[in-house]
Amino acid sequence: MSAPILVGALLALPGGTAAQELRSYSVVGDAIPEPLTNARGDAARGRALVVERSSTCILCHSGPFPEQKFQGDLAPDLAGSGSRSSEGQLRLRLVDASRLNAATIMPSYYRVDGLDRVGTLWRGKPILSAEQIEDIVAYLMTLRE
Amino acid sequence: MRPFGAIAAALLTASAVCAAEIPQADRRSGYSFMKADTKAMQDEDTANPGMLWVLDGEALWKRKLGAANKACADCHGDARTSMKGIAARYPAFDKAAGRPIDLEQRINSCRSNHQQATPLPFESRELLALTAFVSRQSQGTPIETGADPQLAPFIARGGERYMQRQGQLNLACANCHDDNWDKKLVGSAITQGHPTGYPLYRLEWQSLGSLQRRLRACITGIRAQAYDYGAPELVELELYLMSRARGMAMEAPGVRP
Ligand code: HEC
Ligand code: HEC
Repeated sequence: MSAPILVGALLALPGGTAAQELRSYSVVGDAIPEPLTNARGDAARGRALVVERSSTCILCHSGPFPEQKFQGDLAPDLAGSGSRSSEGQLRLRLVDASRLNAATIMPSYYRVDGLDRVGTLWRGKPILSAEQIEDIVAYLMTLRE
Repeated sequence: MRPFGAIAAALLTASAVCAAEIPQADRRSGYSFMKADTKAMQDEDTANPGMLWVLDGEALWKRKLGAANKACADCHGDARTSMKGIAARYPAFDKAAGRPIDLEQRINSCRSNHQQATPLPFESRELLALTAFVSRQSQGTPIETGADPQLAPFIARGGERYMQRQGQLNLACANCHDDNWDKKLVGSAITQGHPTGYPLYRLEWQSLGSLQRRLRACITGIRAQAYDYGAPELVELELYLMSRARGMAMEAPGVRP
């Protein structure tokens, strides 16, 4: 089954707010095969981002982070992510998990539309930048079982 | 009879997002999620820091003030009898305002109208103290909020807001407090979000705080725009949560981690 290629839907930003332009990307099936940035992601930076509270991952997920005393248990353990998913699947999961599962509680990290009552501090901005997403994808790909 | 049924029905049909309302028999106070030492802190008046506010509130209750030079006690007498069970019925419909007001707003309306004094700011020591003192008189009383049929549309609106995803993280209150209350968010118990203990002492705050403060923290936590203190939307959420907890025992002043 050949999946439709959806490009640039995210560029239609609401007017007025100082919205940040998101880069366009193509969804193929359940994945975004191409990186969002030209430079490759950096796995070490990705790990640091995942365990940092402000990235919000460990609010819900646990993972192979022995130095983190507090981890969430609302979501699957991240260990083995790189064996379970391809790079492109992980990218779409981070960019907009709701495309994979409309009822998911996992936030869409690279999306600014379709959200309600976003606080002024965060309005018009994605949770993570394209570079940060690539770093995290690179890190998750190293988590093999 | 209970306007609650309509909300539950809406919940079940409206979205695939939320599971269901927590069955009555499974409802648990935030207290039951705590460690033994925190429970003991709430249980022992001598160890419960919230009692300092209750004592302050008792002194304020008797203090004459305002242009009317009247104390709360001049109208209401001994709070132990006159205020028993009152906090367990708030937020309540206020005729003058034409909408529900919470206990803090009721205290402030007595202050302006009957004492002819300036209203106390939200989260001020004095307002928390009076609220804690009045709420304490309902300790152990089952919550009755929401029985007044005039409240139905406001409860429904609070309920909608509770179910609605919001903020940059795109989460609804129900995503955590109905669907995931048995889980942990970065290590802290999520709880069912029952407002049984307010105002309560949070170790994290190192202070007593109101239910509105707690709700604003959850709203900011999902990176949504927090409503201002006293906003009708916050009162409707308080009202929804209190009616959702109907029958559960009041614990104020509670202690939470
Ligand atoms: C509010 C909760 C929440 C947050 C925050 C969250 N996730 Fe998730 N995540 C989930 C849930 C729940 C699932 C399970 C699948 C689903 O619901 O779509 C999931 C699934 C995943 C998966 C697939 C796991 C598997 O075994 O298939 C990966 C990878 C993932 N998340 C990574 C992340 C990363 C990285 C972050 C932070 C940048 C993050 N998540 C933040 C809730 C969350
Ligand atoms: C991402 C998860 C999450 C979301 C979404 C969320 N909360 Fe909370 N909530 C928590 C956590 C964690 C606590 C702290 C638990 C505790 O210490 O009682 C909490 C505490 C509370 C409490 C205090 C319970 C007690 O026993 O004192 C109330 C009430 C509450 N939340 C209501 C809400 C409402 C209303 C909303 C929506 C506006 C909401 N929450 C959204 C996670 C969440």
